[in-house]
Amino acid sequence: MGVIRKSWRWFESRTGIARFIGPVARHRVPKTGKMGWFFVFGSATLVAFLMQGLTGISLATTYVNSTADAYPSLQYITDQAPLGSLVRGMHNYGATAMTVLVGVHMVRVFLMGSYKFPREVNWLSGVILLVLTLGMGFTGQLLRWDQNAIWSVVVGAEQAGRTPFIGDWLGHFILAGDTLSGETLSRFFSLHVFLLPGLIFVVVSFHLYLVLRNGISTVPESGQPVDPKTYHTWYRNLLKHRGEPFWPDAAYRDIIFGVLVIIAIIALALVLGPPELGRPPDPTIIKADPKPDWYFLWYFSILAMVPASSESFIILLFPFIIGLVLILLPFIANKGERTPLRRPWAVAIVLVAVVAIGVLIVVGQEEPWVPQFDATPLPQTVAGPNPSPSIQAGITLFNQKGCLYCHKIDGNGGIRGPDLSEVRSHLTIEQIKVRVLTGALNMPAYGTNLSAQELNELLAFLETRVGNKTPRGSQ
Amino acid sequence: MSSQNNESKQNDQGAHLAGLLSLNNNPAEEAATEPDQPEDPRTLNRRKFLRRLSYGVGGLGAALAIVPVAGYVVLPLFNKQPENWQEVGTTGQFKQGQTVEVKFDNASPHPWGGPVSQSAAWLRVDEVGQFWAYSINCTHLGCPVDWRPEATLFMCPCHGGVFYQDGTVAAGPPPKPLVRYPLRIRDGRVEIRTSPLPIT
Repeated sequence: MGVIRKSWRWFESRTGIARFIGPVARHRVPKTGKMGWFFVFGSATLVAFLMQGLTGISLATTYVNSTADAYPSLQYITDQAPLGSLVRGMHNYGATAMTVLVGVHMVRVFLMGSYKFPREVNWLSGVILLVLTLGMGFTGQLLRWDQNAIWSVVVGAEQAGRTPFIGDWLGHFILAGDTLSGETLSRFFSLHVFLLPGLIFVVVSFHLYLVLRNGISTVPESGQPVDPKTYHTWYRNLLKHRGEPFWPDAAYRDIIFGVLVIIAIIALALVLGPPELGRPPDPTIIKADPKPDWYFLWYFSILAMVPASSESFIILLFPFIIGLVLILLPFIANKGERTPLRRPWAVAIVLVAVVAIGVLIVVGQEEPWVPQFDATPLPQTVAGPNPSPSIQAGITLFNQKGCLYCHKIDGNGGIRGPDLSEVRSHLTIEQIKVRVLTGALNMPAYGTNLSAQELNELLAFLETRVGNKTPRGSQ
Repeated sequence: MSSQNNESKQNDQGAHLAGLLSLNNNPAEEAATEPDQPEDPRTLNRRKFLRRLSYGVGGLGAALAIVPVAGYVVLPLFNKQPENWQEVGTTGQFKQGQTVEVKFDNASPHPWGGPVSQSAAWLRVDEVGQFWAYSINCTHLGCPVDWRPEATLFMCPCHGGVFYQDGTVAAGPPPKPLVRYPLRIRDGRVEIRTSPLPIT
């Protein structure tokens, strides 16, 4: 025991580490009471980031950064390596936790007005961390290097390609060449494993420094607006008379919540397992439906639903505008009331954003805009018992010509186009004929794809799709 | 006046933090924080020179390190890959009126590229026997379009883009027809010229 104490004293005399950490850990912070539980999300995000570091380093000991071998190495990690499935699952749900927590932390800071004077730069560094976290999510998804990943790289390059003047150059920069190649994976690997975590480490350090320098914000109270002229005096007096040491009076909450985050990540990894690997990466396999992980699913949905004419503007301007608003926020509203009770617009903005993102994620999962290539073909009985040969031929054509991919009939088929179960209740047969021949914005014109006989057979089938309503334009 | 007060209070807070972070009983730290003695102008000039020298030399060193590193990452993009003619089959293999997938080494293959060194195209022989090769990438966002022979349409699984058999847009968000690869027939061999991934 004496040796240990002696060694510690020797170490301390050479480093001063305890004298350095002690005062920092015990610096005074405002008393927050039970509301202090709202202040744990920042440290929990850091815990999730540390978990990502740990699990990421361990995965990197086995993952092979090679376009030919990355996929089999991930199969090995998932299916054979001892605890590989668990660690890969932890890395996946750690990413989810980090993204969710950085969002929740940001919402808390926004709603409680904690970004106001003198913490404007805290907020700005947090915005950078949000961007870096999303960057980690995107690059991490690509390291799965399955069919979904390689096509996601292509989609990312095409999106970047919409940038005026340098789009083509930028698109090929993302691909690390003229096409997908041996260098593409290495580019994303270096970003995910070296550059982005390094930047996160630097910005987190700066963020923590600012938390120490500017102090933790107080629980907002009505009628206690931020006034930059008097804030520092007020805050200093508050710490003096109603403050408490961060360690352990406030830190215990961060530790408890941080441990709960770790438990949740491990539990999710154990129960749900790691994300499924898609088909092997092969650009010559045409069957692919690239879709981002949930962090970007809402944006994916927006791009799928906006009119094509405005798409390029939204691809480029939407992230730019969101970023600009987040950056300008602490400059245009850095004083005044902090409590959400006196800032209804702040509450409304958060509610609208959360609901919109949630709805768009659900829609993105369903992908109603995607033709349903695997729809179950309509049975001949869909037109009732004993349909005529002409109607039977029409049903076959409906299945074969791709109508079924986008139109539902009696529960079968895609939902990109309108449900045609009762199409004759809405349109006359002439109107249907015109639509089939000339198409529409999202429907090809079948004028050259159908013979006159095929058209008549298809119409004979659709003629049977009658509901209770009278078709428009009918006599 | 008030801004001066704010600044001094902020400085106080900074000093407070510096106090928190300082290493007590560390002679080097204490020496560093001792006020400077009045010094003669020559020393001050020398210090000014050394400061500028350090900035300049340090900046030069940083540039020396960064320029080749940045160049290493960026310059390959300016090296146009040679566009090769790749054989995808013989004329006899393809039937009139059919559209089939063909595979070939892509425009920037590396020996270590593995499966992604390959690319694919849709090869069509029209009703008069003319050969056409279309990129598999949808002109909307690059997803692979699938050929549906019964419908005689190319369909994109991502956002529902549809193209006719001649590559023109039939429906959905694609802004342009499918990109066509240069194609030639030599001695009965069908050859496609590799091209960079079309960024549309």
